[in-house]
Amino acid sequence: MTTPTRLQVESATIGYDKRVISRDLSVAIPDESFTVIVGPNACGKSTLLRGLSRLLRPSAGQVVLDGADINSFRTKEVARRVGLLPQTSIAPDGITVADLVARGRYPYHGFMRQWTADDERAVRNAMDAAAVTGLSSRLVDELSGGQRQRVWVAMALAQHTDILLLDEPTTFLDITHQIELLELFTDLNQAGRTLVAVLHDLNHAARFGTHLIAMKDGRIVAEGTPEKIVTAELVEEVFGLRCLVVADPVAGTPHVVPLGRDRSR
Amino acid sequence: MSSDVDFGRPMLVLRRRRIAVRLERRSVVVCAVLVLALAGLAVLALMTGSYSLGPGEVLSALTGRETGLMHDIVVEWRLPRVTAALVFGAALGVSGAVFQSMLRNPLADPGIIGFSQGAYTGALIVILVVNGSYGQLAGGALLGGMVTALAVYVLAYRRGVQGFRLIVVGIGVSAMLGSLNTWLILKADLDQAMAAATWGAGSLNGTSWDQVIIGGICVLVLLPAAGMLSRPMRQMELGDDAAAALGVRVPAARLGLVVVGVALTATVTAAAGPIAFISLVAPQIARRLARTAGITLAPAALVGALLCLAADYIAQHVAPTPLPVGIVTVVLGGGYLGWLLFTEARRRL
Repeated sequence: MTTPTRLQVESATIGYDKRVISRDLSVAIPDESFTVIVGPNACGKSTLLRGLSRLLRPSAGQVVLDGADINSFRTKEVARRVGLLPQTSIAPDGITVADLVARGRYPYHGFMRQWTADDERAVRNAMDAAAVTGLSSRLVDELSGGQRQRVWVAMALAQHTDILLLDEPTTFLDITHQIELLELFTDLNQAGRTLVAVLHDLNHAARFGTHLIAMKDGRIVAEGTPEKIVTAELVEEVFGLRCLVVADPVAGTPHVVPLGRDRSR
Repeated sequence: MSSDVDFGRPMLVLRRRRIAVRLERRSVVVCAVLVLALAGLAVLALMTGSYSLGPGEVLSALTGRETGLMHDIVVEWRLPRVTAALVFGAALGVSGAVFQSMLRNPLADPGIIGFSQGAYTGALIVILVVNGSYGQLAGGALLGGMVTALAVYVLAYRRGVQGFRLIVVGIGVSAMLGSLNTWLILKADLDQAMAAATWGAGSLNGTSWDQVIIGGICVLVLLPAAGMLSRPMRQMELGDDAAAALGVRVPAARLGLVVVGVALTATVTAAAGPIAFISLVAPQIARRLARTAGITLAPAALVGALLCLAADYIAQHVAPTPLPVGIVTVVLGGGYLGWLLFTEARRRL
């Protein structure tokens, strides 16, 4: 396979202290894909994402960004190429939306260069793309969960990276805001960005992702387009769930329907 | 020039060839007002004493147009103490701001990682064991505080240092040293216990130029260091992961902040003893005045200086008998704490 890739893991061992989560893991993120990592709880999804974003350093092997070990770059240089929306982030008390989005410009700042015309343009574009321009003067504390998550996305967009990693971006949102956010990601992807997201909902992954990575016990079980890999056999293997895979009546993508315990009805 | 982006607050944008900064207008105004208040209060403090002077006399003494007694009173006797209050107050304000931002906790200061109790233990040991001079006392306190802070940092270290673990370990170590201190005082004779209590209150009494210059140089080195660390510090308020993803080297920045924060308080402790509560209160008052997001250093430094100068003025001239400045700051701090709890409780209702 020769899909072009700027970000890949090469036989890496990733974990915390002595607790290894993934051993000898190799995976490539196809350029300009919307890659979704799926798998049961504690399968190593977030750990993989932390490895890709350099938050965790592999104890063996390496993560390669643009042909070089990601740990050989300066921290700010990585931050200009790979952005991350962490699972938990904290908005300082009393910060306004525009102020928070502007913090995404940090990798471009110097001691006396903190608000150039470029910064201003990037912040404006990021707020437009995430549809939060109308909120720009509001306090982040006062926003709804869905609005707040879009503000954090805007901050990551202001960082102006070609690759954006998203750690469970939809977890705490209601269904409407989940779909809204996933559609925003699709737009960003179609505008040329490479996205890598950890999602819990397999049906969302199959509908919005262009490339799926299915993990179990720290290993990669399958990867490819949703149409190719989302099958009843794979779901049973990865999640231990017996199910039926049908075509999503709206998008035509694979849709997982659990069989559950009572299958007679 | 203003900004096209609506920050919800008026901004001042300054762009020259190599400079591009954005400042909140309110912060700039608040800082300017604080500087004026500081200048006014400093002149008042220089005027007041057993020999009262007018503002004109003080200004001409400061500009070197007076000689003899007038010069001695203003420049040799009163100015060191006023300078000490300004410089050490600013140092405490920044020290508290650094810790409150880093630990995301409005009740944090270097005391939280054991510095205060450790410094007191060091001072007590010098008093009880060596029966040392004031200089040795300062050295002992410095050593005790630094060793304790280092011990807490190392004990809390596990894959880097996280704020919460630092607080818990700090409370534990402080409690242990607190009981050790009580035991040491119980073993001491009356004179030694009195000496310990005097030092423990924190005082600017009898501050000379020598003390001010040594302490001032340390503070003048440390404040720019804190300024350099303030940008990563503000990013770290977004959470460690977000800061790291935005290009902050989080472990290095955190270590730098701990070192600078502890060193600032240590400088003040060595020169004047433990002046309590300014590091706790100043950043919070500054934040409410400037209405900034998170903690900012410059207003915290100015509020710290103003509080220390005001507390020392009250201790010297307003209290019925001259008090150590530390007593006044403790009273101020107690009031602040009550007010903070009151407003926080009301906000939750």
